[in-house]
Amino acid sequence: MGIKIKVEFLGGLDVISSGVREHKCILPLEEGDATLKDVIQFITKNVITDPKDIPVFICDETVRPGILVLINDTDWELEGGEDYVVESGDVFTFTSTLHGG
Amino acid sequence: MVEKQKKIKPGALCELCHGRKAVMKRPKNLQKLCKECFYNVFETEIHNTIVGHELFKKGDRVAIGASGGKDSTVLAAVLKTLNERYNYGVELVLLSIDEGIKGYRDDSLATVKRNQKQYEMPLEIVSYKELYDWSMDEIVSCAGIRSSCTYCGVLRRQALDRGAAKLGIDHVVTGHNADDVAETVLMNILRGDTARLESSCSILTQSSGSPIKRSKPFKYTYQKEIVLYAHYKKLDYFSTECSYAPEAFRGTARELLKSLESIRPSCIMDIIYSGEHLVLGQKKKVTQQRKKPNKIKNDMEQEVRSDGSIKIKQNETKDGNRCEKCGYITSNRICKACLLLGGLEANRAKLDIEGNTAVDGAAKLTRTLEKLAF
Repeated sequence: MGIKIKVEFLGGLDVISSGVREHKCILPLEEGDATLKDVIQFITKNVITDPKDIPVFICDETVRPGILVLINDTDWELEGGEDYVVESGDVFTFTSTLHGG
Repeated sequence: MVEKQKKIKPGALCELCHGRKAVMKRPKNLQKLCKECFYNVFETEIHNTIVGHELFKKGDRVAIGASGGKDSTVLAAVLKTLNERYNYGVELVLLSIDEGIKGYRDDSLATVKRNQKQYEMPLEIVSYKELYDWSMDEIVSCAGIRSSCTYCGVLRRQALDRGAAKLGIDHVVTGHNADDVAETVLMNILRGDTARLESSCSILTQSSGSPIKRSKPFKYTYQKEIVLYAHYKKLDYFSTECSYAPEAFRGTARELLKSLESIRPSCIMDIIYSGEHLVLGQKKKVTQQRKKPNKIKNDMEQEVRSDGSIKIKQNETKDGNRCEKCGYITSNRICKACLLLGGLEANRAKLDIEGNTAVDGAAKLTRTLEKLAF
């Protein structure tokens, strides 16, 4: 059946997905079984346009430090980080903080 | 975005108001806050920094160095809010530099122009081309991409001063945040650049003889919080990396800092704290051994540049000295900008003969070509 989610790349991070900021995705897992870790894996396989750009997003098997992760607009640190259990309709926002101001 | 109606767990409540759901964790002290309390704490801390360091006086005219990026956009928004809330009585003006980088700066300047309307502030744009007769695109096509940050940095510093002088303003505030300051401290330590280490932590700087002072109201503000503030307040900012390669050393220092922060978020404040309290020892011993006693005083003043070279004393130039070519404040006979531009001028003629027409947007073109290749 899959879980409907939305993935957003902000703060210039859209460079890894051909400049597209919003992605509506269906995570091919059952609700209750999937965590943010699965979403991150799904993104690296299906959303990032060029595999060469994976290191822009991933570092040491997790989201690169300096990329801010929000789950439904809440800091992922308050939601259990990678172990957050994905629900249908969730919005995951990844914002790069590394660009100049 | 539609808030989902979920039951809030007791542990998920804001640690200040205990009423609303916490949405963020402060890197400074790991406090969990809701949006409203976060805005309040964020703005109040900056207000305290401004008041504590007496950055503004009533009637001051202050130029905000605005790039259209997150830091300067949030700075403009927050200063406008605070100026109204606490009645600072300062007049705020946006000051932008157009380096002349097609496909980057022209887009970000469009953001600043929108900010001008949104925040109802006058806007002044100073361009490298009109100031130096060189755009960054031209400089890069002449001097190569590797030294782009060196040129740009030197020229921008002067351009901001000149822009402010043009507006009759003697105070420029920039969006440098705690992460930037910590990064600079780290870089200066790693390079052994002790001369810059001391000044890199000051919130307010002013060269003697220069009428223009600069300050960083975000010196104690985390980048994460600036990005969150811009995100929650839906501020209009521009976020694309400059087309020219960022300085490799700074990039590596930034990554190191980010990795450290992910393990120990307070490290950014800790590095700034360390930087503020470092006191340089006297460099007496080495010079005493080598030189005659009556020369010691002069030798102690010898400046060792970051690249290890030593400044040759030319008629005992001091801070407050003027450049012979352009009149800009400099500690040398000729200012750094004129020195760099002089080197470029020598190459310009050669460039014209080669018939290089693809100067404008050279970097954008390269990027486009790179993409085509894949």
